[in-house]
Amino acid sequence: MKDLVIAGSGPAGLSAAVYASNAMLDFVVIEKFPMSGGQMLNTYDINNYLGFESIDGFSLGQTFRKHAEKQGAEFINDEIVRLEKIDGGYRIVCNKAEFEAKAVIYALGANPRKLGVKGEKELAGRGVSYCATCDGNFFRGKKTAVIGGGDVALEDALYLANICEEVYLIHRRDEFRAARYLVDKAEKNDKIKILRSTQAEEILGENKVQGLKLTNGADLDVDGVFIAVGVEANTGLVTDLCELENGFVKADESGTTSAEGFFAAGDVRTKRLRQISTAVSDGANAVHSVEEFLYR
Amino acid sequence: MVKDIKTNEFDSLVINSSKPVLVDFWASWCGPCKMLSPAVDAVSEQMSGQADFYKVNVDEEPMLAQQFGIMSIPTLILFKGGEVANQSVGVISEADIKAFVEQAL
Repeated sequence: MKDLVIAGSGPAGLSAAVYASNAMLDFVVIEKFPMSGGQMLNTYDINNYLGFESIDGFSLGQTFRKHAEKQGAEFINDEIVRLEKIDGGYRIVCNKAEFEAKAVIYALGANPRKLGVKGEKELAGRGVSYCATCDGNFFRGKKTAVIGGGDVALEDALYLANICEEVYLIHRRDEFRAARYLVDKAEKNDKIKILRSTQAEEILGENKVQGLKLTNGADLDVDGVFIAVGVEANTGLVTDLCELENGFVKADESGTTSAEGFFAAGDVRTKRLRQISTAVSDGANAVHSVEEFLYR
Repeated sequence: MVKDIKTNEFDSLVINSSKPVLVDFWASWCGPCKMLSPAVDAVSEQMSGQADFYKVNVDEEPMLAQQFGIMSIPTLILFKGGEVANQSVGVISEADIKAFVEQAL
């Protein structure tokens, strides 16, 4: 039985891997894709992670991974299908193999949340997108809308403004949750039209997006709708294992959950601010908690 | 490694193939595409002989991307007998890619 299994290789999992190596724990990192980084892979410019003035998410993910590998972390490329409590630890059942460990750091992160309007599901990949950096180029010279009010929504609008003729930024509230400087940049950008206190009602189109209907009755003539309304944690594996709160694994800064020896790190846990820096911090804290648990 | 193909090879390699063919539409700027790509490579090795696997870079072959209405990448399109049998948008796991291709066997 291993000391520890780290589930996930985003910034939280990779940070945990570095700390677990330093702690000389017997551990593996299980990742669904042999390409680390998680959600940051969708980000074209990161300027708030200390030590990197401006870097794309893919490169930063690779930098993190190389660091963890150099420190001695072992990566298993497999998908976890089941997590079970067993005597003295946990069994981690994957598609191709099985692992047993005294402790688990669960860092499977989150995925973009769906908006939940008519047309969203039908037109996904047909003009409805959750990744502006992936799909923005398909809307060169066209009109698009971004829905949301956080950092990702503002970053998406600014990114699309470089490519598209016009970008509507639609936010249901008056105040933006995003960083001030992003809101300031968007307000000063001629191509971005900000619609505050406005909600989308339906995404229009047959086979591809042809417009966006707002709850105030107006129709926007757009070819693309980019949805950035927050995240949904990947908690499917642990609903019966530990306590959740609003869809996130309930855990404080130490990563401690309601299940003994089971720790949560990164976007998957309840927290105020979901950033690369806070995920990295979580990874360190979780390993500290694992050590306390193992050597108590 | 799954090979990138050009527009002028598409008919002979994909449309006229006697086997099911999975085509991965991708681009170098797309992070999730880089996540999906090694998984497609792995499945192509596991299923070699049963199905063919190709990649299309949408930057280099915009006509193909347009022809199949690609507006989001990564997109996987499964061809059988020259027709589009199924389509999957976004990153999916190795096991899901395999199951996706197996439906055309």
